[in-house]
Amino acid sequence: MPDVTPPTLAPRTNDLAVKLANVNGTGSASANALLMQAIFRMGIPVAGKNLFPSNIQGLPTWYEIRVNANGHLARAPAFDVVVAMNPETYARDARELRPGGYLLYDSTWPAPEALRRPDVHLLGVPLAAMCREAFAGDRERILMKNIAYAGVLVALLDIELPVVEQLLDEKYARKAALRDSNRRALHMGLEYARAHLPCPLPVRLARMDANRDAVLVDGNTAAALGAIYAGATVAAWYPITPATSLMDAFAAFCKRFRTDPDGRKRYAFLQAEDELAAIGMVIGASWAGARAFTATAGPGISLMSELVGLAYYAEIPAVIVDVQRVGPSTGMPTRTQQADILACAYASHGDTKHILLFPAHPGECFEMMVQAFDLADTFQTPVFMLSDLDVGMNDWVCPRFRWDDAYRPRRGRILGKTELDALPRFFRYSPADENEVAARTLPGVDARGAFFTRGSGHDEFGAYTEDPVAYTKVMERLARKHRAARKHVPTPVVELDPTGPSPLGLVTVGSCDAACREALAMLRERGVRADYMRIRAFPFTDEVEAFLEAHPRNVLVEQNRDGQLRRLLLDETAVGRDRIVSVLEYGGYPLTAQQVLAGVERVL
Amino acid sequence: MTYIKKPAVRHPGLEKNALGLTLRDYEGSMSTLCAGCGHDSITAAIIRACHALSIAPHTVAKLSGIGCSSKTPTYFLGGAHGFNSAHGRMPAIATGAGAANRRLLLLGVSGDGDSLSIGLGQMAHAIRRNLRMTYILENNGVYGLTKGQFSASTDLGSKSRRGDPNVVPPIDPVLLALSIGATFVARSFSGDKDQLVPILEAALCHDGLAFVDVISPCVTFNDHEGSTKSYAYVRKHGLPVVHADFVPPADPITLEQEPGTTQIVPLHGGARVRLTKVAQDYDPRDRVRAFAFVQEHLARGEIVTGLLFLDESRPSMHEVMGTVETPLVELPYESLCPGAAALDAITEQWR
Repeated sequence: MPDVTPPTLAPRTNDLAVKLANVNGTGSASANALLMQAIFRMGIPVAGKNLFPSNIQGLPTWYEIRVNANGHLARAPAFDVVVAMNPETYARDARELRPGGYLLYDSTWPAPEALRRPDVHLLGVPLAAMCREAFAGDRERILMKNIAYAGVLVALLDIELPVVEQLLDEKYARKAALRDSNRRALHMGLEYARAHLPCPLPVRLARMDANRDAVLVDGNTAAALGAIYAGATVAAWYPITPATSLMDAFAAFCKRFRTDPDGRKRYAFLQAEDELAAIGMVIGASWAGARAFTATAGPGISLMSELVGLAYYAEIPAVIVDVQRVGPSTGMPTRTQQADILACAYASHGDTKHILLFPAHPGECFEMMVQAFDLADTFQTPVFMLSDLDVGMNDWVCPRFRWDDAYRPRRGRILGKTELDALPRFFRYSPADENEVAARTLPGVDARGAFFTRGSGHDEFGAYTEDPVAYTKVMERLARKHRAARKHVPTPVVELDPTGPSPLGLVTVGSCDAACREALAMLRERGVRADYMRIRAFPFTDEVEAFLEAHPRNVLVEQNRDGQLRRLLLDETAVGRDRIVSVLEYGGYPLTAQQVLAGVERVL
Repeated sequence: MTYIKKPAVRHPGLEKNALGLTLRDYEGSMSTLCAGCGHDSITAAIIRACHALSIAPHTVAKLSGIGCSSKTPTYFLGGAHGFNSAHGRMPAIATGAGAANRRLLLLGVSGDGDSLSIGLGQMAHAIRRNLRMTYILENNGVYGLTKGQFSASTDLGSKSRRGDPNVVPPIDPVLLALSIGATFVARSFSGDKDQLVPILEAALCHDGLAFVDVISPCVTFNDHEGSTKSYAYVRKHGLPVVHADFVPPADPITLEQEPGTTQIVPLHGGARVRLTKVAQDYDPRDRVRAFAFVQEHLARGEIVTGLLFLDESRPSMHEVMGTVETPLVELPYESLCPGAAALDAITEQWR
């Protein structure tokens, strides 16, 4: 290989991307989280994307940290620094660096050919050798290697050391020995880097004040907290990636906030035998009057569809979180997608139509979880919150959550003894109110409220029927009920071009938000005017239709192959086919602004 | 809410229970099953048991799946909330309802198709959880609503109405329940009211899942010569091994106790059941021996009946979960929401 000097990166502060390539199961997650948190505490906008395999130990795993002072935190398209800790992926990891970037590797062994690229700087640190000397035991040596590379990055990127040390102190407040080995490993890496490497790099960090009112959290934790604040008491589920951490978080919050001094629990947490049973338990609990929910992913949605139809037809509330992953079938369980939109919108056989909510970040996961329960109770119907793996499992910086203590659950129309006293006779499905919802009663309260819930044909009074007219009457009301919900679901986020009217609408949903906003900024820099809309719910509110009608050309960005949201819009609004063109990226990694931009330019 | 109205006239001489209610107050709408269906006899036994126990109808939640058996909750306890769910899914719906409101008296009615085929998993897991409910399997060994296919409880060699023999071995619900930790297992016959009513009374007072398999002949599709679920066959091959007498909380035990022959087992809420051995070598408190006994007799073509196994010591679902005594549905929202101050503390940890 000719001896050429790699180009030098132009100096950049608080605008960089680091990729950490590791082997799954070696404890790199805590080192990566440490770096993320330290940058967050330096007041700098930061995002982490965990690209992990469906595996417990041994397969390659990556963690990407993007820092951007302007708050553009979609997945980075290229990296300034790559930490290559996995020989198996050396070649592809080296390829992800931008020219002039820095490739950090473990120089305990000579650098293999795979790592060599004439246009990048190779930085060797003998991590394994250092850890072998400093620590006893194989496990600790492996674990501390991660903290040692974190120390190297602290030096290279100018991360504030006291911030990192403080984080270790907090994390290991009750484990002094662990704290000491972590500190030692951190300093080992740091000092080696300062002595042997060009610290700091031209791309580096400097304290800002952007996170004063922000938190760093994942969407699943946020959604679980939303369920707690909504007053959910029954949770039923079947373990599935990427929904598992949501239920784990719910259980942990319950333990903390819903346990009586005598240890008795003010909640029921049911691990079902499958998703068929999980949704059954939710429906049973909701029927009995509790706020109940489940969390699942695509394969679970397929199984739950059966009883979702029952809940729709018998008008029983249910909240279902779908943390979408790549389908069809088992698909890629640890990759992100938005391909369950149609499956959820029309889940179950027969004519059904459901309420969907689309959170874009953890803050919305928290809020929409509460809205989901209010909507499910108000409209006595299943409500899906369609999050995805990117929102659910990655750490996001978002505004600190707020809570109004005046909030009370909107439980919808439920008749108790007193209300029944005033009624000559109770019928379950009539009379309906302006939302096309009739009052329900709960079992165990009063014999006068007794009725027979059924998934079989029933008339407007709830009695069994096989009569076409009586059956149709109920189905028509259910359709009107779904339409009525459009006045109650979250409106879209709309941002008009500040420079004036634009013929172009950039439309998206959920976790595509960050990449689309960044692409929008890039478009505007190039002089392309565009208005922006992020859809947040189905049924579509009037604003959604008005936006689409106001723009001769709408580019709709979503993460699935078939343009599912576009199809839903074409089916459920009067907007013409020509008005909406799709940009579809659905390979499983979080979206980048460059993908959006390329897609928009392709269709314009 | 009834579908076919029954006359509201009550005979003044009808016996009233502690709530002042007569048997008629425990009825539902008219049955739409075939005349002579075993399921209607079970419905009548449920009505009798609930009346005898003075259960307030509205405290019951009656649930079912899909099938002939699952239609029956409309025919009893018109004053109770009912839930005719989906095929094989009653146990999950009941589990959720019971989780939300532990005071509800859950009464599940299912059939052999509903419980042993499409819903086998849900039935088994409800038994494992020991949810407090009465689970009645109305077992006729045939798919009635779809006109006579074999079910998972059809015995080997048992013949269809057209004369074809069943060639796939059956699942015996009693053996299954015993093997996965059921705490109350009974088998009875829809034609034996004297045996069935006290079993149902005890089941309704059991603090856990009371599993009651009731052989209930299908007069239309499975009551012929060559069927092992016909009235004639069950009458001939039934073998009662334990007699259960239900003793309400207030009643003293007056029946004679013979050591080694009778046992008094306390149930939930102060009631007791007095178990009398009919077969001397049978012990309803010994799971392993009960299993072996039922299996041995099954191999001989004998249907062992009675309250076959009872274990009141194992905790029910809510005890295992450690839930508060107050039903979750009755907890005020204020006791569920941690509030704004707690949210500040949580989010501080995310900084």
